[in-house]
Amino acid sequence: MAVQVTEAPSTPAEAERHSFKPDLERIEIELLLEGIFRHYGFDFRAYAYASVRRRLWKRIEEERLSSISALQERVLHDSVMMEKLLLDLSINVTAMFRDPNFYATFREHVVPLLRTYPFIRIWHAGCSTGEEVYSMAMLLREEGLYDRARIYATDINEVVLQRAKAGIFPLERMQEYTDNYIRAGGKRSFSEYYTAKYGGALFDQSLTKNVVFSQHNLVTDRSFSEFNVILCRNVLIYFDKTLQSKVHGLFYDSLAMFGVLVVGSKETLRFMAHEDAYQQIAPPEKIFRKIK
Amino acid sequence: MSQYSIVVIGTSWGGLAALTELLGGLPGDFGIPIAVVQHRSKESERLLPQLLQDATDLTVCEMDDKDPLVPGTVHLAPANYHALIDAGSVTLTIEEPVRFSRPSIDLLFISAGDTYRTEAIGVVLTGANEDGSRGLLHIVNRGGLALVQDPKTAEIPIMPAAAIKAVPSAEVLTLSGISKRLGQLAAVPGPTRRTVAR
Repeated sequence: MAVQVTEAPSTPAEAERHSFKPDLERIEIELLLEGIFRHYGFDFRAYAYASVRRRLWKRIEEERLSSISALQERVLHDSVMMEKLLLDLSINVTAMFRDPNFYATFREHVVPLLRTYPFIRIWHAGCSTGEEVYSMAMLLREEGLYDRARIYATDINEVVLQRAKAGIFPLERMQEYTDNYIRAGGKRSFSEYYTAKYGGALFDQSLTKNVVFSQHNLVTDRSFSEFNVILCRNVLIYFDKTLQSKVHGLFYDSLAMFGVLVVGSKETLRFMAHEDAYQQIAPPEKIFRKIK
Repeated sequence: MSQYSIVVIGTSWGGLAALTELLGGLPGDFGIPIAVVQHRSKESERLLPQLLQDATDLTVCEMDDKDPLVPGTVHLAPANYHALIDAGSVTLTIEEPVRFSRPSIDLLFISAGDTYRTEAIGVVLTGANEDGSRGLLHIVNRGGLALVQDPKTAEIPIMPAAAIKAVPSAEVLTLSGISKRLGQLAAVPGPTRRTVAR
């Protein structure tokens, strides 16, 4: 059998984790999330437990605190700490043309459907800092559909929406994005879309002419319109299955008949509300059409 | 039912050959779920699950978010996502790479240790970086078990050597030794009362 390793923990947070009491940890996390909900109104209570636990401990270590209860004390008395935690919990890692094959498939299989509509309403739910919104805007423009499209780009977090609106992205990622753009079937030269400015890559502001950025909370807010396309990629992975299914109910209610729902490449509709109402277009990409 | 509820395996350079041998050496009725992080490039295609499937009678599948952990199934972390172990299922995240890796072996192992504690087994194989050593220590600190490929038999010894340095109590074995040991551990019956509510 394994012997306990007694190497000295290097931080208070590590020391606390070494004296880990599993059931107590769950109690502390549930109390913290309940407190955040009741005091600030942000509801993380139905988030996937393993990833919430990971994010909370990361914040505890960065703040050199020693326990979840210590973090609770800070968060409930200090709204600045809440803002930090909000950014931690709403993970904002994204990229332009993330999963290039998805965009290539969207061009091939969804764009022809969209051509049949006089006006196209798109909801990008959980758009984070907007990289994928700009990607979709470029794609639609290259396909001649942008002028009859409107993209509603929403996120729970006002801070990331401001960044999305500004349209300035790190210059050092442009090589990666250029590679993605080419593999996504881009028809122009990617560098035409941005200029180096303000210490970053400033994107062509006409790309957001038909974009409405707005705060929306998938957990607590309701449907606000009817759409032809809903994109929600790598957002629901942070929710538990019950909440995922509830949000799928919201998407179903917000999607026009024969509308298109897009989720992340490692997400499924299995066991979700209205699972049977969708048909997958062009597997393995996770592009679904509402058929009933 | 075994005392153990999850086996997590981490490997990098040389991992395909090592996993092929290790999984090929497990009995066909191996009764514990297995989760694997093999470092690979962002866009690496669907070939890896197929290659591993050809080597074993166990079912190999690439994880989708919230997939249930199935005894005797090899759940492979997808490229460009972190995979975390929750009670009875996996959860994926795209948060930033850890020590330049996504998927990260450390994150998989830490989540397995936190969730399954004395019921977790961590296995570190060949690789050219030190991912996995912190996670393996975490598993042992939660009362789980550590197995490491003998660095002398590894294609690249850096990763298993780092794991042994972090966890001197780890059992150091050849690949076929690890398969055999896992087979034994799966066959040892455990207490009826589980520590993880499911």
